[in-house]
Amino acid sequence: MIQADLNTILPEIILAVFAMLGLVAAVYTSKDKLAPALVWVTGILMVLLAIWIGAAGGVDKIAFNGMFIDDGFSRFAKIAILLSAACVLVMSQEYMKRRGLLRFEYPLLVALSVVGMMVMVSAGDLMSLYMGLELQSLALYVVASLRRDSAKSTEAGLKYFVLGALSSGLLLYGASLTYGYAGTTLFSGIIQTAIHGEVSVGLLFGLIFLISGLAFKVSAVPFHMWTPDVYEGAPTPVTAFFATAPKVAALGLFARLLHDAFGAAVSDWQQVIALLSVASMFLGSVAAIGQRDIKRLMAYSSITHMGFALMGLAAGTVFGVQAMLIYVAIYITMNVGTFAFILSMERDGQPVTDINALNLYSKREPGRALAMLVLLFSLAGVPPMLGFFGKFYVLRAAYEGGLAWLAVAGVVASVIGAFYYLRIVYYMYFGEEGSELETNRSPVLWVFLMASAVIMLLGVVNMFGVEGAAAAAAATLVN
Amino acid sequence: METIILFAPLVGALICGFGWKFIGETAAQWVATGLLFLAALLSWIVFFTFDGVTEHITVLRFIESGTLATEWAIRLDRLTAIMLIVITTVSSLVHLYSFGYMDHDPQWKEGEVYKPRFFAYLSFFTFAMLALVTSNNLVQMFFGWEGVGVASYLLIGFYYRKPSANAAAIKAFVVNRVGDFGFSLGIFALFFLTDTIDFDVIFGEASTLAETQVSFLWTEWNAANLVAFLLFIGAMGKSAQLLLHTWLPDAMEGPTPVSALIHAATMVTAGVFLVCRMSPIMEFAPEATAFITVLGATTAFFAATVGLVQTDIKRVIAYSTCSQLGYMFVAAGVGMYSAAMFHLLTHAFFKALLFLGAGSVIHAMHHEQDMTNYGGLRKKIPYTFWAMMIGTLAITGVGIPLTHIGFAGFLSKDAIIESAWGGGSAYGFWLLVVAACFTSFYSWRLIFLTFYGTPRGDKHTHDHAHESPMVMLIPLGVLSLGAIFSGMLWYSNFFGHADQIGKFYGIPMAAEAAAHGDDHAVTDEAGHGEEATEEAQGEETALADAATEDHGEAGEHHAQLGGEPGDGALYFGPDNHVLDNAHAAPIWVKVSPFIAMLLGLAVAYLFYIVNPELPRRLAENQRPLYLFLKNKWYFDEIYDAVFVRPVMGLGKVFWKRGDGSIIDGFLNGVALNIVPFFTRLAGRAQTGYIFTYAFWMVLGIAALVTWMSIGGGN
Repeated sequence: MIQADLNTILPEIILAVFAMLGLVAAVYTSKDKLAPALVWVTGILMVLLAIWIGAAGGVDKIAFNGMFIDDGFSRFAKIAILLSAACVLVMSQEYMKRRGLLRFEYPLLVALSVVGMMVMVSAGDLMSLYMGLELQSLALYVVASLRRDSAKSTEAGLKYFVLGALSSGLLLYGASLTYGYAGTTLFSGIIQTAIHGEVSVGLLFGLIFLISGLAFKVSAVPFHMWTPDVYEGAPTPVTAFFATAPKVAALGLFARLLHDAFGAAVSDWQQVIALLSVASMFLGSVAAIGQRDIKRLMAYSSITHMGFALMGLAAGTVFGVQAMLIYVAIYITMNVGTFAFILSMERDGQPVTDINALNLYSKREPGRALAMLVLLFSLAGVPPMLGFFGKFYVLRAAYEGGLAWLAVAGVVASVIGAFYYLRIVYYMYFGEEGSELETNRSPVLWVFLMASAVIMLLGVVNMFGVEGAAAAAAATLVN
Repeated sequence: METIILFAPLVGALICGFGWKFIGETAAQWVATGLLFLAALLSWIVFFTFDGVTEHITVLRFIESGTLATEWAIRLDRLTAIMLIVITTVSSLVHLYSFGYMDHDPQWKEGEVYKPRFFAYLSFFTFAMLALVTSNNLVQMFFGWEGVGVASYLLIGFYYRKPSANAAAIKAFVVNRVGDFGFSLGIFALFFLTDTIDFDVIFGEASTLAETQVSFLWTEWNAANLVAFLLFIGAMGKSAQLLLHTWLPDAMEGPTPVSALIHAATMVTAGVFLVCRMSPIMEFAPEATAFITVLGATTAFFAATVGLVQTDIKRVIAYSTCSQLGYMFVAAGVGMYSAAMFHLLTHAFFKALLFLGAGSVIHAMHHEQDMTNYGGLRKKIPYTFWAMMIGTLAITGVGIPLTHIGFAGFLSKDAIIESAWGGGSAYGFWLLVVAACFTSFYSWRLIFLTFYGTPRGDKHTHDHAHESPMVMLIPLGVLSLGAIFSGMLWYSNFFGHADQIGKFYGIPMAAEAAAHGDDHAVTDEAGHGEEATEEAQGEETALADAATEDHGEAGEHHAQLGGEPGDGALYFGPDNHVLDNAHAAPIWVKVSPFIAMLLGLAVAYLFYIVNPELPRRLAENQRPLYLFLKNKWYFDEIYDAVFVRPVMGLGKVFWKRGDGSIIDGFLNGVALNIVPFFTRLAGRAQTGYIFTYAFWMVLGIAALVTWMSIGGGN
């Protein structure tokens, strides 16, 4: 029995063992000199694991008496997590190195947090949920304050930690309430309680607290306040990481908890999620307008996008989950490209994050400006870029799930949100002559930027099969 | 073959319009022209080999939506065949002519490429026009109808640097919209009533329509009358009939080959074609056809009066076109559709000839269009002169009275005037005769002012007047042949004896010999058609003999066109005796248009050759009348005051108040005040202190719990 269980979580074990071995190896050998190699090895390992998980697929397995679920949904999320984490690692290597930030802990902490995320999306029990969440969070707290000599970076790490602790507390409180009223921590047990009897108020309170804890992780309003500060303060590669893999994990966990454990109370949580969604969309769009720092802007952008992803979840249907998965897959692809661009923004070797620096960028770098234009249009949801189809899916899911008002609100919010994306395009193409921006000529960043932009354009054809995969994944989650 | 005819111009347009960069300017033009000559050749083959039996050639599935299911098919019958030769012949000649006319156009700067665009538009127009005439259902026809509208718009506004050309293009488009609205209402009405848009089915239901009442605009209408009337409104717009005619003179802003092709020979006759095509419905709509007759006659008269005083050579011919279209509508209105088609055919030849001749004159005179600056050009441009002379002889109707020998217009116009008399429309008859007199006057006036007398205007221009190149003269020659012979060649097919017409159009004969008794036509409609066909076959030889004997004789009639609606290309109701009445018209009726022509010629000769001072004195003596005519009966001014200004005013209100203040104001308010307000608020909430953030989280959870306790959980 234990053999089969271990086989099921073999990818997680491999990654965890690798991280620990790497830690030991680096400590006892050349320390930070080993870091570049570690970054590449970690990245390659993650890609290999993703390929393995994708190829192995097929049979759904449940391990550890239901605490760990390996199904289509978790595999979809894991592949997305592993690939995006690998991309961000590879992208960040040069940036970190040039600024003396490339410590050997960095790739290993990322690897550990990815293990946490993989556990999160496979959680079948409140215990494993919390375990995965904490493993991920603790690694992220450290990574956020990686630049130890910078007040901003340490402030970001500390803020994240304190507020993260608060949210963990809320989550735990919710978990204990749920356990108290359901008598079990297994998702499959909780859903039985809900099906057989009236969903009690205590259980609902537990649900609210659980939702609040998870909303913090996806930075949904009003649990979003940490996001701009952390995004701004953390080193840019870390921000890029924050904006991709953890979002997938948190959303995956969200969907799993709501459907696997509270699938019988859709009408109860639907309104709450819809409320979070609409608040996130509007606040993200409105507040981003005032930002001059592109990293803060991307923070608000991620808040908005999480609002849209939650809209798919709020539909409470299979199609809603599918829409959410498609949306988040598109979103991380766009973000990888956008952050590849932000990482290449510099002046005199120092990173620049002020959007005014982009004035007339198209004159100097027409190719990159065009790629960025495609990405920004896609982020804003302009057809025929892929971002539009992501929005289209969630809007359709919300409409078909009986939340027409939410869909309308989403459209309005995306109109407001389009302003700040298009303003960057305006600066790049029609801005006034200002301070020159230099561009890092790293080929890795160029490749990621261009690939992301090309995907946004070509994905229109068939979304590279993501649509079908997401549908299959969603079908395994929602019964 | 028919498919090639239809699509060859489209292929030409695409190659020429998009491919000229790859194959070169000249090659592109030759491709377009070559394909049209091919289409023209095939059209003539179709015309001569066609046996009169309607064919349907399916091209593709078109629309399938609910009960609306139809195919894109070519309907080949005699009407289509006639239109095919008219369109492709004139179009191919105009293409050829344009090589010369459009060369070195002063409207364009050195090195600008405009010719492939012009040829592509011409070819596209031809395709759309062919689509119109080959249509097998109303929507397909509407496609062609709008297609020619677009092409016309593009070509009128071809000189897009000229504000007047742009204004004219817009005017043409907008005025046509009014007509098209009527047309589309007609299509809707037919679909509503018959649940189909296919001609065959609609024609089969025609007699039912005549007995149906339909409620429209709070009034009960006879369905057939209403449909016929609405369709005619469409025809009025396209064919520039009175009230919707104002765009045609302005359309002369386009290059002259365009005027010849679109605004004389083909597009403007689409309305006539429509009425003839819908003859099965028209036959059941006596009130509507009476209206068509009256309006056609009035247009013929009105346009002719205006043509008397115009000085722009192209405008004179434009009003002449308007007037001739009126003739055709009179013929169609009284039920003599074949006469309308006859005039359509001959008019296409001689009017295209006149336009291209005028183009040649304009070309020779360095784009001077005012006739008062011409004079004495006979010697300078002899070929053009003879071509114009033939055109004028044709339009004025020169021939030998009481025979069938004469120029094209002589036969077809006399056919119409006799039909008007035969159809019992005294109003139509007299107006047309007077209009014939005016036609003669203004046509000869054009010839005299242009080619006779002393040179006027810029001396330099006159010195450099030169004959046009061969590419322009060849089309003139070909069209001259048409203008001379087309009337004599096909007289019997269009306006000969009933059985000849029937054979030509594939209409079964009712074989209503006098002996069969008068009530035969009204008994047993269903059996009638079959019986008629049998009888027709049996008696064909006998009838043919009888016809040759009685050819041109007045009085008794031995053959009557019959058949069910939709059997042939045209339908003549059992009570339609216009043909016989027309043939039986008294001598004075038959010679009246000839006398009118002579009168017009004499007056023109007196005014412009004998005593050139006379017209000016007359204009001064009769100043109000002169101004009234000169300003085209003040139609443009009235429309401007009644329609254009109020609509412009309304538009301004919507623009300034509705769009500017309300919509823009709302958006600006939201975008400039409300959203930034919230942005500031959100910025202020982001204090940077952890306790604020934690506070918000707690507030959020409190709100959610409250929400769940109050709203959810039940």
